[in-house]
Amino acid sequence: MVGLHEYLVVSGLLFLIGAVGVLTRTNGLILFMSLELMLNAVNLTFVALARYTGSLDGHVFVFLVTAVAAAEAAVGLAIFVSLFRLHRSVNVDQMNAMGE
Amino acid sequence: MERVLFYALSGISVLAALWMITRRSPLSSALSLVVTFLGLAALYAMLDAQLLFVVQIWVYAGAVMVLVLFVIMLLNLREEESRMAAASWGRFALCGILALGLAWKAFGVLAGVRGIAPPVSSEFGGVASVAEILFTRYLVQFQLVGLLLLAVVVGVVVLAKRAR
Repeated sequence: MVGLHEYLVVSGLLFLIGAVGVLTRTNGLILFMSLELMLNAVNLTFVALARYTGSLDGHVFVFLVTAVAAAEAAVGLAIFVSLFRLHRSVNVDQMNAMGE
Repeated sequence: MERVLFYALSGISVLAALWMITRRSPLSSALSLVVTFLGLAALYAMLDAQLLFVVQIWVYAGAVMVLVLFVIMLLNLREEESRMAAASWGRFALCGILALGLAWKAFGVLAGVRGIAPPVSSEFGGVASVAEILFTRYLVQFQLVGLLLLAVVVGVVVLAKRAR
C-alpha cells in the first residue's frame, strides 16, 4: 500500500505548480486553469485522507467542491468572453482600470 | 505493483501540470491539464473512490475542459502572450524561488505524516455509500450547491445578454 505521505506530497506539488502558474502567467485562461489545478490538488488531499481515516466525509466534500468549481468555470469563462469583447485580449496585465 | 502504478500516475500528473503552466499557447495548456485530471482520476480509483473517479472524468476532464477549450477556440487565442515573454521570465524565476522555499518547509511536514489505511468494505466510495451520507448529514450543503448552480445559470445568462 502506498503511504499517506506520498499522496500528500503529490498533492502539495500540484498545488505549488498551480500557485506558481497563478503568480506568473498573464493569460487569463491559463490563470484560470492553474486555479482549477489548485482545487484539484486539494481534492486529492481530501480523497487520500478519507481513505486513510476510513470515513466518507471527504468524498462528499470533493463532490461539493467539484460542483462549485464547475459553476466557477461557467461564470469565469463568461466573464472572459465579455472581457475579450471589450479589450480584444484576455491578458490580465492590461486590465488595470475599474469601471471603464 | 501498486507502488509502480502510483509513481507512474503521479509522475504523469505532475509533469503534465508543469507542462501546463509553461506552455505559451493556451490550447496545449488546456490539453495537458486534461492529462493531469485523468491522472488524478486514476489516483482516486487507487484510493477506492469509485464515484469520484467517474465524477472527475465527467465533470473535470469532460465538462469543464470542454468549456475551456471551447472558449479558447472561440476567442482564437494563439500567440496572445508571446510578446510578453521577456517580462514574464523574470517573474517566473522569482516565483520559482519562492515556491522552492515554500516547498522546503511544506514537504518537510508532509513527508513526516504517517497513516495506516484501515480495511474498508467494497462499498467504500461507491454511489450508494456516498449518496447515503450526502443526503443525510450533508443535505443542507447539497441544497445550497443546488441554489448556487441556479444562481450561476441566471448570472451567466445575464452576462451573455449584456455583452451584446
